[in-house]
Amino acid sequence: MTTHTLSVLVENKPGVLARVAALFSRRGFNIDSLAVGETEQPGVSRITIVVNVDERPLEQVTKQLNKLVNVLKIVELEQSASVQRELLLVKVRTDASTRSQVVEAADLFRARIVDVAPDSVIVEATGTADKLGALLRLLEPYGIKEMVQSGLVAVGRGSKAITTPALRSAA
Amino acid sequence: MKVMTDPVKHPVPQPPPASPLALAGRAVPAQRQAGVQVTGAQSLIKSLEALDVEVVFGIPGGTILPAYDPMMDSTQVRHILVRHEQGGGHAATGYAQATGKVGVCMATSGPGATNLVTPIADAYMDSVPLVAITGQVTRNLIGTDGFQEADIVGITMPITKHSYLVTDPEDIPRVLAEAFHLASTGRPGPVLVDIPKDVLQAETVFSWPPRKELPGYKPTLHPHGKQVRQAAELLAAADRPVLYVGGGVLKAGATGELHELAEKSGAPVVTTLMARGAFPDSHPQHLGMPGMHGTVSAVYALQRSDLIVALGARFDDRVTGKLDSFAPDAKVVHVDIDPAEIGKNRHADVPIVGDAKAAIGQLVDYLAEGAAGLGPDEPRLAQWWAQLDDLRRRYPLGYDKPADGALAPQYVIQRIGEIAGPDALYATGVGQHQMWAAQFISYENPGTFLNSGGAGTMGYAVPAAMGAKFGRPDKVVWAIDGDGCFQMTNQELATCAIEGIPVKIAVINNGNLGMVRQWQTLFYDKRYSNTNLGTHGVGRIPDFVKLAEALGCVGLRCETYEDVDDVINKAMEINDRPVVIDFIVGADAQVWPMVAAGTGNDEIMFARDVRPIFDEDEC
Repeated sequence: MTTHTLSVLVENKPGVLARVAALFSRRGFNIDSLAVGETEQPGVSRITIVVNVDERPLEQVTKQLNKLVNVLKIVELEQSASVQRELLLVKVRTDASTRSQVVEAADLFRARIVDVAPDSVIVEATGTADKLGALLRLLEPYGIKEMVQSGLVAVGRGSKAITTPALRSAA
Repeated sequence: MKVMTDPVKHPVPQPPPASPLALAGRAVPAQRQAGVQVTGAQSLIKSLEALDVEVVFGIPGGTILPAYDPMMDSTQVRHILVRHEQGGGHAATGYAQATGKVGVCMATSGPGATNLVTPIADAYMDSVPLVAITGQVTRNLIGTDGFQEADIVGITMPITKHSYLVTDPEDIPRVLAEAFHLASTGRPGPVLVDIPKDVLQAETVFSWPPRKELPGYKPTLHPHGKQVRQAAELLAAADRPVLYVGGGVLKAGATGELHELAEKSGAPVVTTLMARGAFPDSHPQHLGMPGMHGTVSAVYALQRSDLIVALGARFDDRVTGKLDSFAPDAKVVHVDIDPAEIGKNRHADVPIVGDAKAAIGQLVDYLAEGAAGLGPDEPRLAQWWAQLDDLRRRYPLGYDKPADGALAPQYVIQRIGEIAGPDALYATGVGQHQMWAAQFISYENPGTFLNSGGAGTMGYAVPAAMGAKFGRPDKVVWAIDGDGCFQMTNQELATCAIEGIPVKIAVINNGNLGMVRQWQTLFYDKRYSNTNLGTHGVGRIPDFVKLAEALGCVGLRCETYEDVDDVINKAMEINDRPVVIDFIVGADAQVWPMVAAGTGNDEIMFARDVRPIFDEDEC
């Protein structure tokens, strides 16, 4: 099985996310990660789904997804031809002696400190899953009090936009 | 209200012009109407009128109540008050199957809506154009577990083509127009429209036609010419071709094109359970039904084919048997309007996405261009036909009469088919009687065999026959039902009696859940756990003749061979009331041939312990 990133353009209507998520579970697929947000086009949302499946079942689930009336377009984004990012917020235990080390580690990963308390800091980092994993391994020895991660978002490299054709037909 | 004093009225439905399936479902241009001030409920009824709806099968209740008030004034939309929402749903399905138009059912919120779940699932599996309209609790109560609240949109999400919760009364005409469009175009299917009570009560503006907003819905209708040409080339060169015809051919109204394709190519034709009637049973190229209870020749034709041309069929497990061993040498041309069907179960060498009518028509054209090497007498196909004809001769459909002298159910069904003829419509329940009705009645015309194929819904027959008879009042409509199925939905006979819908019901009463009993005989060492229904013997509970009479029908009984024709003829003469015939038949009759579940088609059994040896024919 391999990991695939699907960008699904949908009409921004109530229940659309439920339809998409339910379809995956009904056809027996697990969603590794999911992120939803608006696009540059009013009324159109973009769902980024990461699934771990073989080629043939992927084709089947894509075709089934395409049948959902509110789905406008589905594009698979290859890792090499797209920019893929996740967001991580992590609360790390610090005191006067370790704070500067944590700040330094964050700097190395181009992460930022977004909150400081006497005994902790919050580190904000974006990147690929690999990079965020590496950062977490570095921060772990200090003590991770809490962490939260977004679903993956991705956009294709180059000047072409996947939204354009769908928008033309929506208009 | 006068209803109390005059409960039995027989308003005979007006016969519409006899419309073959192929022509039905055409959009009638609705009258343009500019903004009129109405309630949401009036907007709903006006929308149904504009959509050319002639009948709604439903039951009122708390939240749908506002819709029933303007319904009373509609001179166009007739409401048939059913006795259970499930009956309403199947009636709408039977109506749709018989006419090709969209069937409409209506129910209130909560249990009314959940009672529609089975017919909606049924219509989804068999791709039937159905619009289900449900009431919902008022908008401010949604999500509070209000009285008779059920999230019917959520519940039916996996079994509808699409669904709507209408939150703004202005949206009603657009949503209805979209629902009908979605239900009837592309691969047809059920669409649910859930409308809160206060949306029905609110003041709004009705104008027609509304602008449909379906940017994500673009069914592919026109097949790819290059693909079709490739398919034609394969068909013209194949030594062992077979046309595997599914329900999509009926839905597309492509039976004329199919006929041409069959005769031009010379290929044998098999019609699935959903496609019985798509190709005349009397045609010499027709091998019958494939699958679990198909004919030996039809199963063999698929299994040993070198080219399967699948037309609006979906390689269901009941047809393929064990998928790994299905038709190992066959290339596959797969025509379907739903791209997700192509390659779902079986790889397609030539995928053709599009409307079956267009695709088959083009296939015929391309074949005609090639001209050489075609037709049933083509020497290239001689060996193939010799093998198939030999199988047809050696393994015809048949049955043994029960040794104890009991009536053979197959005989009863066969006689009904012979007496009522190929112009009648036949609806069945699910089980042995359904298979026998598929096997022993000869279908010559599209839209004459209605059944629950994909979902296998027991209880389908009576309400579906009711809907079919309403839609085709000019036709004789028989329900071939089992005693198990019949006890699930016979309450709709009261509807038939009161609303003037004279259907004919043959209860093939073997006293048991026959198909389950057959499996218990074959696979569970004759341990008959919970399959005896007690409708035989001294008890006769219930007595179907008395039950029929209590429901306002004529009740007849038949227990001997001598009476079979008489009782059928008698039923054929009664046209002012529904008729129920209780055929007391033997309990041990079995459906053969059979490909047991989980086995491959090569292991088909012609009869118990009789297995045709295909390999002999190979040399």
